[in-house]
Amino acid sequence: MTTAKTLYQKIWDSHVVHEAAGQPALIYIDRHLIHEGTSPQAFAGLRAEGRKVRRPDLTFAVMDHSVPTTDRTLPIIDTDARLQFEALEKNCRDSGVRLFDMHSKQQGIVHIIGPELGITQPGQTIVCGDSHTSTHGAFGTLAFGIGTSEVEHVLATQCLSQSRSKTLNIVVNGKRPAGVTAKDIILAIIGKIGISGGTGHVAEYGGEAIRSLSMDGRMTVCNMTIEGGARAGMVAPDETTFAYLEGRPFVPRGKAFQEAVERWKQLRSDAAAKFDMTVELNAKDIAPQVTWGTNPGMVTGVTARVPDPHSFSDLNDQKATERALIYMGLKAGTPIVDIPIDRVFIGSCTNSRIDDLRAAAQFVVGKHVARSIKQALVVPGSRGIKAQAEKEGLDKIFTAAGFEWRDAGCSMCIGMNADVLPPHERSASTSNRNFEGRQGKDSRTHLVSPLMAAAAAIAGHFVDVRDFDVAPVE
Amino acid sequence: MQPFSTHSGKVMPLDRVNVDTDQMVPKQFLKALTREGFGRILFYDWRYLPGEKPNPQFVLNFPRYKGASVLLTRANFGCGSSREHAPWGVKDYGFRVILSPSYADIFYNNCFKNGILPAELSEEQIEELFQRTEKEEGYSLTVDLPSQTVSDNHGLKYKFEIAASRKEVLLKGLDDIGTSLQHEPEITAYEKAHAATATMFDPVDIKNYSNGR
Repeated sequence: MTTAKTLYQKIWDSHVVHEAAGQPALIYIDRHLIHEGTSPQAFAGLRAEGRKVRRPDLTFAVMDHSVPTTDRTLPIIDTDARLQFEALEKNCRDSGVRLFDMHSKQQGIVHIIGPELGITQPGQTIVCGDSHTSTHGAFGTLAFGIGTSEVEHVLATQCLSQSRSKTLNIVVNGKRPAGVTAKDIILAIIGKIGISGGTGHVAEYGGEAIRSLSMDGRMTVCNMTIEGGARAGMVAPDETTFAYLEGRPFVPRGKAFQEAVERWKQLRSDAAAKFDMTVELNAKDIAPQVTWGTNPGMVTGVTARVPDPHSFSDLNDQKATERALIYMGLKAGTPIVDIPIDRVFIGSCTNSRIDDLRAAAQFVVGKHVARSIKQALVVPGSRGIKAQAEKEGLDKIFTAAGFEWRDAGCSMCIGMNADVLPPHERSASTSNRNFEGRQGKDSRTHLVSPLMAAAAAIAGHFVDVRDFDVAPVE
Repeated sequence: MQPFSTHSGKVMPLDRVNVDTDQMVPKQFLKALTREGFGRILFYDWRYLPGEKPNPQFVLNFPRYKGASVLLTRANFGCGSSREHAPWGVKDYGFRVILSPSYADIFYNNCFKNGILPAELSEEQIEELFQRTEKEEGYSLTVDLPSQTVSDNHGLKYKFEIAASRKEVLLKGLDDIGTSLQHEPEITAYEKAHAATATMFDPVDIKNYSNGR
């Protein structure tokens, strides 16, 4: 008799290279993604020990964190960033790792191009020195972020020493109302479980509202899994997944693809599988979400108000809320829709895919960014997405409405390049973190969906997109 | 890696929940090429005023906590970004032990790669330690990994839990790459066994070294 297994357990079991009682297992890593920010020390470590990259063919590198989103034919004036680009280039050349440098047609944010190029496939284990590696779980992969020492470990061994996680089943039932997107779903989940609710777990998402999402939407959900504390989040692959993957550059073709699909179809939790924890939500209860504080769990619906610190029962929560409101320059009781915005950022590994850009563009078409908005940026997640958007004329819609149309990269999500949110300015941002100083020192971030960000850009403050006639968004 | 067995040192209280790694090492310091020197910039935005003038309001700059090597803090320490620069900074500043009710997964893992002991105590025990640290200038703790205890000079003694394998890594200062490479034959065997279903297609239209200028 076989025991019922979750999707996570199936992928785990098929990747164990070595296991001894009481010790972490050695698990095989199918794809290793690296970028300029967290890899130089790993390569230096390898060199110091005289070790080699074991599987350069399974390792993919890209420049994304610090790349300019403006004209890349100009010299890089940030010396530290330039030295990191040069280090990545040299490390890749010396070790035979494929690099998508900032001039490559395939360049983009690491978690965008993995799926876009078909490097990411169901059933794999994928790691990267970046916490948003959870994005790739949308394909039914076990994907999570690691530190630089672990990057070095994977480079040297193509394996990782890991202990099994607990499992968390997140079910979102029902249909999404118009104006409610994948971003709102994941923000609502984080609001419910808290930013450490998933610690020690790997999450699996299911339910009608998840199943009906496009791959772009599923990636948004899995991307922010880490903001709820779970290191990895996954969605079992289905016809939507297979249709997305077919024909992508690194995906097998013809008969090999059909055989792969047959194997991928086995990748789902057995009906009798037990999860350590289950959380259920109903999509009809989810309003467009806006964060008001300094972590992604400090979130509420657009029709709500900034909370009063005393409304929290826990003393630590009260203190954290008080601190957050001071940092954010907000008063308790202020309606969310009364919060004025200085800048808008549509981009990041959370929300810079073609569905995101289409959603924002269909809202702004024929309208213009409010006069009070100092800057409205659209940063496609990859050059591939940029080209697709331009083919559809989305760039023209954005620029006509007063947005800047930029080249691909992490940009203002992390502000490692010139795209920084100035002190005390307030953004409506489609990114994933509203931590203190995240987008720039003393900057104030409100996390929202692309649709909500576009609407805030037009109005100059948050608005409830459900008050407008908006097409259903993936 | 530097082994860890027993450590005694002054305690610094950081009375905040959910301290994320962006606060430990902000983005502008992620453009480094080495693992060194992050102690000077640890908690940069909280610690410094413009011009890198020490902020007298921030606990790390209080004279009474100068030379502290035990970091006492609240739940979910180290959430957010996977940047190992955060534990590099914690270690380089001089902290060898962190005491908290809970840690974020990636940060917790990264601590063990750097000889830092992140010990877990209950909310009540952490609260008691905050009170004692506040009350007594120079309050110190001894953290003993073999016996898994935290104790002070007044008879307080707490036991903490830690996975046996994690404990061994710290006690021996193990190089886990070296340990894993002892399983090289099994890695090779795994690769052979799975070669047929490794669905990697190598596209001819994307060059191996893709400097597509």
